[in-house]
Amino acid sequence: MESRQATTGTAGRQPRSAVGPLTPTGGEHAVTVEHLRKHFGERVAFEDVSFAVGHGEVFGFLGPNGAGKTTTVRTLGTLLSPTSGSATVAGIPVSAENGPEIRSRISIMPESPGLYLRLTVMENLECFAGLYELNDVRGRIDRALRAVNLEDRAGDQCGSLSKGLRQRVALARALLNDPAVLFLDEPTSGLDPVASREVHGLIASLRERGVTIFLTTHRLEEAERLCHRVAILNTTLRMIGRPDELRDQLFSRSLDVRVRTPLQDPNAVLGGLPGVEGWKKLPTGYALAVSDPELAAPAVARALVAAESDILSIAESRHSLEDVYLELINEDVEAKSR
Amino acid sequence: MSFSWTRVRAITVKELRDYRRNHFVVATMTVLPLLFIVLPLIQVFDAYAHVDSSNLNLHVGLSMLYMLVIPAFLPSTLSAYSVVGEREQGTLEPVLITPIRPEEFLVGKALAAFVPTLVIAYLVFGIFLAAAGLFAHPAIASAIYAGTHVLVQLLFTPLLAGWGIWIGIAVSARSTDVRVAQQLSVLGSVPLLAILALMSLNVIAVSTGLAVGLAAALLAVDLLAWRAVAAMFDRERLITGSHA
Repeated sequence: MESRQATTGTAGRQPRSAVGPLTPTGGEHAVTVEHLRKHFGERVAFEDVSFAVGHGEVFGFLGPNGAGKTTTVRTLGTLLSPTSGSATVAGIPVSAENGPEIRSRISIMPESPGLYLRLTVMENLECFAGLYELNDVRGRIDRALRAVNLEDRAGDQCGSLSKGLRQRVALARALLNDPAVLFLDEPTSGLDPVASREVHGLIASLRERGVTIFLTTHRLEEAERLCHRVAILNTTLRMIGRPDELRDQLFSRSLDVRVRTPLQDPNAVLGGLPGVEGWKKLPTGYALAVSDPELAAPAVARALVAAESDILSIAESRHSLEDVYLELINEDVEAKSR
Repeated sequence: MSFSWTRVRAITVKELRDYRRNHFVVATMTVLPLLFIVLPLIQVFDAYAHVDSSNLNLHVGLSMLYMLVIPAFLPSTLSAYSVVGEREQGTLEPVLITPIRPEEFLVGKALAAFVPTLVIAYLVFGIFLAAAGLFAHPAIASAIYAGTHVLVQLLFTPLLAGWGIWIGIAVSARSTDVRVAQQLSVLGSVPLLAILALMSLNVIAVSTGLAVGLAAALLAVDLLAWRAVAAMFDRERLITGSHA
C-alpha cells in the first residue's frame, strides 16, 4: 500500500502563549518536515517522512513501539542529527548549528519526567528557568504551576510526588519558556486512568489557548480526543489527516440495519434504493454499503416498513481511529510476511 | 548564542542542592576529610619522638601528602557520576533539550565538584597548620612552615582537583555504568598524585620555581582537558547509545 502523505494543515487559529506572552515563530507552519530520514548504522529508525504542522494545531503522531516516533521528536528537537532530509521547527532550519536557538524556542516533555527527585518542585523549575535564561523567574514558575494546577505543591520534594503529579511537574517545566512548539512524548505512558484524564485535561486546556502541540502516543483514544490531525508512522509515514478523513479514506461508509426477523428477499427490499451500493447479511441484520448515509437511511426505513419488517435500529457504522490504525499496521504486518 | 554563565550557575546550584540532600555524598565529604586530617596529625605529633631529625622533612612531606588525597579523589568520585549518573536516572535528556551548550553543562558540573572540594581541602589544611603550629613540637612546626610544603599544598590543591574533575567527567561522558566510571576516574588521578608524592617525599627536589612551573603546566592541562572533554560530549551517543 502506498503511504498517504500530506504537507498542509493548520487549526486556523493564531498562536497564543500558554502561560505568558506570545512567542514569535515566523513562517507559515510551526513545523515542516521533508523527506526526513534517520538511520542508526544499518537500522532504520524512520525514513521519507514529510508533513507540516500548523500554528496552534495539536498534531498527533501515532505508531507502534519502535515505529520511530520518539526518534522523530528527538531529531526535530536537534538532539539527534537527521541522516538526510530537511525540517524547520519554529521557523528555523534543523541543524546542529541552529540547535541552541531551536531548543530555546521549543520544549520537549520526554516519556519519563526526568525530575531531580531530591529537589523540590520549585527548585526543579528554577534550574530549568536558569537553563532557558528566563527573566521574571518567579512569575513564570507561578504561571506554569497554575497551568498544571500545582501551585500548592511548589515546596514538595519531587521524590514524594505520585507518578501523575511528576508528569504534571514535567509539563510545567515544558511550559516555562512559552514554547513555540511543545513536543509531548507519550505524556500518559504508565499513568493510571485518573492521572491520564488529568493530563488530557491539561493538554485540552493548552489546545484551547492555541499552543502548537506535537503529541506522540500509541493511545488512540487520546489522539482522537485531543488532536486536530494525526499521522500514523510505522518507520514510514502511513497516513496523515483528520481522524474522520482517515476513516473515510480507509473504510467505505455503511449503515447497520437490525431487524427482528430476517427479510425473505433482501435483494428485493434493499437493492436499488437511493444511496445504497450493496449489502451483506449480518447475524443480527444487514450491513449496507452506502454512498450517502443521510440519503440512504430514510429510503431504507421506508423500504423496510413497506416490506412489513420490524425495524430495531438503523445506524451509520462508525469506524474508530483504532480501526484505522489497526488496519494500517495489519497491512504492514501482512506486507512483511509476504 | 554565546557562553552563558546563567546556565552554568543553574547547573552548579542544582548540583550543590542535590549533593546537600544526598546522604552518600554528605558522608563521603565528611568522613574522607576527617580521615585525612586525623592520620597526618597523628603522624606529626608522633614524629619528634620517633623520627631522626634528618628524616623530619621526609616525614612531614608524607603527612602533607595525605591531605593532597582530598583534592585528588574527592572530586573525581563526584564528577564520575555527573553525566552517566544523570543518564541512568533519566534526568540528562530534559537538560540536553534546553539550549545549554556542552561547555556550559561541563563547567557547571565541574564547579559543583570544585567548590566544595576546595573549601574542604583548604579548611582541612588550615586546621592541620593551626594544630601543628599550636601543639606540635617547634622543630616539626618549623619543618612544616619552612620550605615548599605549604606552597605545594596551596598551589596543587585546586589544580589536582581540576585534573580529577576533568578525568571524572571525561570517563562519565563515555561510560555506561556509574561504578565503572567512579573506579576509572579514581585510577585516573593516581599518576598525578604519584608525581606529587615524589615531590612531597623529596625524591624530586622541589624548588619554588619548579613548583610554580609544574603548577602552570597543570593549569594548562586542566584548561585543555575542559575543551577536550567538551569535544567528547556527544549528545546523540548520550541519548541513544549510538554515534551520529
